[in-house]
Amino acid sequence: MNILNLIRIAFKALQRNKLRAFLTMLGIIIGVAAVIAMVAIGQGSKQSIHDQLSSMGSNMITVLPSSNLTGGVRIAGSSFQTLTDKDIVALKREAQYVTEISPSITAKGQAINGALNWPTSMQGVSPDYLDIRVLTLKDGIAFTQQDVLTSAKVCLIGQTVIDNLFPNGENPIGKVIRFNKIPFQVIGILNPKGQNAFGQDQDDILLAPYTTVQKRILATIYYQNIYASAASEAVTDAATTEMTSILRESHRLRDNEDNDFTVRTQAELINTLSSTSGLLTVLLTVIAGISLVIGGIGIMNIMYVSVTERTREIGLRMAIGARGKDIMLQFLMEAILISITGGIIGVILGIVSSNLVTLTLSWPTIVSESSVVLSFIVCAVTGIFFGYYPAQKASRLDPIEALRYE
Amino acid sequence: MSKTILEIRELKREFQMGSETVRALKGISFTVQAGEFVTIMGSSGSGKTTLLNILGCLDKPSIGDYLLDGVDIKKLSRDELAQLRNHKIGFVFQAYNLLPRTSALENVELPLLYNKDISVSERRERAIHALEAVKLADRFDHTPSQLSGGQQQRVAIARALVNEPVMILADEATGNLDSRTSYEIMSLMQDLNEQQGKTIVFVTHEPDIASFSSRTIQLRDGKIQKDTQNKEPRSAKEVLANLPVTDDY
Repeated sequence: MNILNLIRIAFKALQRNKLRAFLTMLGIIIGVAAVIAMVAIGQGSKQSIHDQLSSMGSNMITVLPSSNLTGGVRIAGSSFQTLTDKDIVALKREAQYVTEISPSITAKGQAINGALNWPTSMQGVSPDYLDIRVLTLKDGIAFTQQDVLTSAKVCLIGQTVIDNLFPNGENPIGKVIRFNKIPFQVIGILNPKGQNAFGQDQDDILLAPYTTVQKRILATIYYQNIYASAASEAVTDAATTEMTSILRESHRLRDNEDNDFTVRTQAELINTLSSTSGLLTVLLTVIAGISLVIGGIGIMNIMYVSVTERTREIGLRMAIGARGKDIMLQFLMEAILISITGGIIGVILGIVSSNLVTLTLSWPTIVSESSVVLSFIVCAVTGIFFGYYPAQKASRLDPIEALRYE
Repeated sequence: MSKTILEIRELKREFQMGSETVRALKGISFTVQAGEFVTIMGSSGSGKTTLLNILGCLDKPSIGDYLLDGVDIKKLSRDELAQLRNHKIGFVFQAYNLLPRTSALENVELPLLYNKDISVSERRERAIHALEAVKLADRFDHTPSQLSGGQQQRVAIARALVNEPVMILADEATGNLDSRTSYEIMSLMQDLNEQQGKTIVFVTHEPDIASFSSRTIQLRDGKIQKDTQNKEPRSAKEVLANLPVTDDY
């Protein structure tokens, strides 16, 4: 018997009991739709985390001072002062995978504009910093290397600070504000970045040349951080290794000494967060997978009932020339038709409901091709697996007994 | 010189029921020539059903030979038997055994679905032809539930004809029908036998039905009791014509 006849026979048999076929299918439909929607939600949240981190500059590398033993006492990294201008010079000279470098030093304080004041921080950086962090200006100009050399009293202003110091919508450019009693001229406005992944307001900031913050505000020669950007996301690891060795050399650390700094990449952050949402995806997929298996058991159940109910039909088919194999393939094909049709409807329903989730709850969702293909394959396999035993039972019937079955 | 369709030699069939051996057929020999209309008669327990199953290639003899159209079925596997049934035998059952919720035409097409040499168009054509032969040309799309008992049995006969078998094997084919409809079916059988030369083996327990055939084999306790040629079979058409017209409905 050819495959076309087989499909025709199976299809006609299903047609004779449409409601039952549909109800059987429902288990598969819900299972597949659940898998696709759940994976889409999981993937969507993963992607949005990744995007958020990328907007901070995904090839950004951060160097932090690290805790170190000082006479047996471990001191917190942030209070430890190891990063200096010497490091910056060494990195600029030797690092090949790094394109831009900026030291960073932050002073907390009160910004004042006339009668208004606002507690904020001033971050001292180099002009490279804007590129490293993917910051852009809404208005005005950025400070230059010249401003760094002269420790110019200029600053870039974040949106939150503007909202609090210039509440009436005046243009802050060219205005002079005071930070910790030192006057700064506002030369540029930063585009708002919103909150970062940890809920910090990234717009509550003033940026100034690092020399200005070091000399005029904090009176220190140390840096709190060094920011750098790798030539590309791909060479981030190589850049990290390179920077580590340059800094070790610059700090004159012996081979047996621990690093007195920590080099961090965004990839680590991305990985950490992705693995969390990856876990979520796995969890959702497992739940959805269970519902697929239950759908499959539904198919098996109905197929068993169907074989018993259609014993006479099977006897007749055998009498007029169907081989055991033909009967087996017919029932198997019925199960596969149910599961694949259910699969197709489920895929459509899954995609529709993912979009619906995005529309109504505005959760990001991504319908991945792999989840569609995978759940479709699982469907077909489910059909074969759960249809096999009932089909085998049917094919082994004795035509004489089957014909006399009441 | 007519061709031998059935040849049975010293056929025995035994069943194992627990520790007991039941001997259903105790040595039967006969041959059927092409164009014969044979009825096999016998009371229950005479081995009628067992013989029918063997004749229909649904079962194999324990001892003895059975040649259908020259093919020795003893040597065939289960699948080969199915193929043989598909090509050489047309079954007509007491309970019609039509597929429910399936049109008459599709029911008739069924045996051809299991024959891979037949194309879709040929299948349809032959099914239409077979339904026309049983005078149901206007009932193609009717499902069994929309047909009377006699019509259903005629669809079943069309299904038996569609694969152009060497033999039609009927099992109490009139058992579920009233006498008028029974005669109609027998008349159809006689037409097929006389006009188209179909070989028919008809199993029944009614002597009335047997009188329409050209030969009667009487079984008793697993053996042939009588094998008589019927020189002048009754004509079912005449009986039908002479039947009193009932007008109580």
